[in-house]
Amino acid sequence: MYPEDTIAKILKVTALNRRSFLKWSAALGGTAALAGGGFRLLQTARSAEAAGTPEDRVVWQACMVNCGSRCPLRVHVRAGEIVRVETDNTGTDEYGNHQVRACVRGRSVRKRVYNVDRLKYPMKRIGKRGEAKFQRISWDQAFDTIAGELKRIKAAYGNEAIYIHYATGTLGATVAKSWPPRATPIARLMNCYGGYLGHYGDYSTAQISAALPYTFGSTAGNSIDDIENSRLVVFFGNNPCETRMSGGGVTYLFREAKKRSGAKVILVDPRFTDTGVACADEWVPIRPGTDAALVNGLAYVMISENLIDQHFLDRYCVGYDESHMPPGIPPNNSFKSYILGISADQTPKTPRWAEEITGVPADTIVRLAREIAMTKPAYIAQGWGPQRQANGEQTARSIAMLPILTGNVGISGGNTGGRESGYGIRVAAFPTLDNPVKASISFFTWSDAIRRGPEMTATRDGVRGVERLSVPIKFLWNYAGNALINQHADASGSAKLLANDKLCEMIVVIDNHLTPSARFADLLLPDTTNFEQNDIAPQGSSGNMGYAIFAEKAIEPMFECRTIYDMCTEIAKRLGVEREFTEGRTQDEWLRHVVEATRQNLPNFPAFDDFKTMGIFKMKNPDGHVVAHKGFRDNPTTNKLTTPSGKIEIFSEQLYQLGKTWELPKGDVITGLPQYTPTWEGVSDALRGKFPLQMITHHYKQRTHSTYGDVAWLREAHPQELWVNPVDAKVRGIKPGGRVRVYNERGQVELPVKVTSRITPGVVSLPQGAWYTPDSRGVDQGGCANTLTVYRPSPLAKGNPQHTNLVQVEKA
Amino acid sequence: MGKQRAFHVDLSGCIGCKACQIACQDKNKLEAGSTWRRVAEVVGGHWVPLGGQWHTDTFAYYVSMACMHCEKPICCEVCPTHARAKRPDGVVLIDQVKCVGCRYCEWACPYGAPQYDASAGKMTGCNFCEDLLAQGKNPACVDSCVMRVLKFGELEELRAKYGTVNAIAPLPEAKLTNPSVVFTPHRHARLSGEDAGLDVTVDKRGAK
Repeated sequence: MYPEDTIAKILKVTALNRRSFLKWSAALGGTAALAGGGFRLLQTARSAEAAGTPEDRVVWQACMVNCGSRCPLRVHVRAGEIVRVETDNTGTDEYGNHQVRACVRGRSVRKRVYNVDRLKYPMKRIGKRGEAKFQRISWDQAFDTIAGELKRIKAAYGNEAIYIHYATGTLGATVAKSWPPRATPIARLMNCYGGYLGHYGDYSTAQISAALPYTFGSTAGNSIDDIENSRLVVFFGNNPCETRMSGGGVTYLFREAKKRSGAKVILVDPRFTDTGVACADEWVPIRPGTDAALVNGLAYVMISENLIDQHFLDRYCVGYDESHMPPGIPPNNSFKSYILGISADQTPKTPRWAEEITGVPADTIVRLAREIAMTKPAYIAQGWGPQRQANGEQTARSIAMLPILTGNVGISGGNTGGRESGYGIRVAAFPTLDNPVKASISFFTWSDAIRRGPEMTATRDGVRGVERLSVPIKFLWNYAGNALINQHADASGSAKLLANDKLCEMIVVIDNHLTPSARFADLLLPDTTNFEQNDIAPQGSSGNMGYAIFAEKAIEPMFECRTIYDMCTEIAKRLGVEREFTEGRTQDEWLRHVVEATRQNLPNFPAFDDFKTMGIFKMKNPDGHVVAHKGFRDNPTTNKLTTPSGKIEIFSEQLYQLGKTWELPKGDVITGLPQYTPTWEGVSDALRGKFPLQMITHHYKQRTHSTYGDVAWLREAHPQELWVNPVDAKVRGIKPGGRVRVYNERGQVELPVKVTSRITPGVVSLPQGAWYTPDSRGVDQGGCANTLTVYRPSPLAKGNPQHTNLVQVEKA
Repeated sequence: MGKQRAFHVDLSGCIGCKACQIACQDKNKLEAGSTWRRVAEVVGGHWVPLGGQWHTDTFAYYVSMACMHCEKPICCEVCPTHARAKRPDGVVLIDQVKCVGCRYCEWACPYGAPQYDASAGKMTGCNFCEDLLAQGKNPACVDSCVMRVLKFGELEELRAKYGTVNAIAPLPEAKLTNPSVVFTPHRHARLSGEDAGLDVTVDKRGAK
């Protein structure tokens, strides 16, 4: 621990600031004002530096957030304080044996650890829920309350009423991780105590994860560095240069691979992203939610000009034409019939048809179709933006039609149309035991499960494991997550729902920072950061190089913070399951256990103490690049896909049947074929008369979702702004640099505007993840995209359509 | 006389992530508002309605820049206390004892490179991370670059290897101060002085 006088100083400063600290505005606005004086630790360290204290200790650590990369950090520690952050410095940094360099966010982590909004001690709610009025309590009081509430709720409602919420605030470690929730210490604790209501899917990939396995049996893709072998790259909304900026990750590998192959890169996206800036040869601006229509137009040209790979379609696929349909399906349901307009809709999907929907000129569609069909191998991939839409399942499967039609699946330099993949080391996991509760819900529908749990069924709400939920959610664990408010759709709707403590009766929030979600806690517990404990980050992946990081404890726990493992152990003690929970192991002993278990299968994985000294362990894929479905391509008879037919299912009989049996809201469809499906708040919705602009919510360099949203350096480097095209700005009298109001029937946001040609006319983008900060009028001054998004689950995945929004914008 | 030190930036691959900017702030203990290295975003092009649809020639690129340690450093010329001086090895330094924080250098520098530290009342700026160089290491920004487009070396060697471009829009023409820098231009880069119609952002916004 820190010397008592240091702690006393910190708490004194904290007490002074606590009044404003607990106001909405202070969560953001207070940060910079207090940063200079808020942490006496900095001053202590500076005087120590002046006195010539010993050299820095350099400790291997990691940036444990939900970006998809996992960057090693080497933190310099002096007098118990992190004073500098470096990254991987091993090797010669040649491509293939490259360093895994942290991005702008990881470089700033010191300011997140020493942030004035760090939670300092356990607190309980004393005001109405959501008011963020808290009172300090002891850890014993906190643990006793949680154990007591778990016992009460279990007795009254059963374990199905206990929910572990989706949360990715600390992601990538072995023990102290919040994602996936089923693999966390809290899941282990609950599994020792009768289980909990689980969930499937996630806010990142719900629709594609649900849909693409119907086509291929999985979501597998080729590794990004396989672009070395491509002649053409087509990205639909794939934006590694902003979403995966790690310098050992996809951004760097993509550019290096492109340099080596010289492949032309075509970017289909409503925004001219930084992937476009650094890597694209052509930008095809498109209206959000219309990718499937573009694919259809391209397919029409390919089919009518006989540019398709007929041999591939005949041998490997089901449903392309009428002679390759599953038995019993009525005629004119094949993909070819649909594209040519022989199907029930009687609409040929011509380039002119596609132009009207997508905004992509018909002659561009013709040119692209020829180019994509005739340039092989082509690496066709989609990011996760196109699928995070009301029609995302359809879009995900439609984009996969391009590599299928052109025979680019299962070959080096090609891809499935899904997202890029990579190689990872198989490190053993912290075991979390089996969940005795069989019911699970889609991650997105937790708010429905609070409101009307027992009404939710398998065929209407996507409940799994049971036909119908038996109870609503009454106890909610929210460990390192901001999806109670900030990252869930319709933030103000969530706030209203959660404010009613007769519905969900207990909300436990465990976090590092006073996030918008933390404000809705009944009990608010301060977690240590990963810098304050030992852990292992096992799943680093950089193309065909996997790596694991030993994240060593760098500093003592701040304030009264405790580790999640420690918290769960204390609660287990009070529930009478301590022995089952710990199996007699400390966190460090579990880490040793995991390393030893890994070495059983992977003898060259370093022993615990060696690993700790090394910091990072890298291993190349012995098979070279990852080529998805290569075995199937080589021999489809012996290496069948895991689809029902064993082939690529362009027409999915399973989905065809679901479309007939599931209860769907009016307008929602599930179809056997991937089809363009106009939706509510889509490009053709009549609501555009009132709210004419389509709003997407791109991932932003300032934050990983909402993590790092409180770091002043990053807010300076990448300020929160609404992207508006000059054409749309001009007619609204909006000038660059001014403030605008974005609104629809769900809410209002005021923020600065970025007037830029880098976004398509008719479309605006509000970067997702900024912290929901409603003022006294309820107008969000924090720039949270979810103030404007809608809670309406998508048809198949019951996923989040957070890029499907109509809004209006005016000068603020 | 030592050889002139310089940065090389391959702008063709810069993604504008600003890891260099943050690594610099972290290494040099700079708070928000003080950026010895900054990254400008340059956007150009138009949207034209044609045949019922929008057509565009939009382009964009980034320019990462720090103190250029110029051959003719105007900051040294205007400094009334001689706090700013160019060393024999070409590094332009600020003597923290002599500096009175009058900010003339900031006003005169065509790159806006000198940064005022309000708490100390002094000017601050890039010194190529001298302490790291003394340990045989690179400046912090160089080793932070995720795209490996930022390099450090001796100016003559960098010129021999990467060419002699030292001015790109939105930066001023090189003849003003002869900056000690080498750029590899982005495919869409405009020449210095030809920045009419370009939308340039070098922000310090959002720091509050």
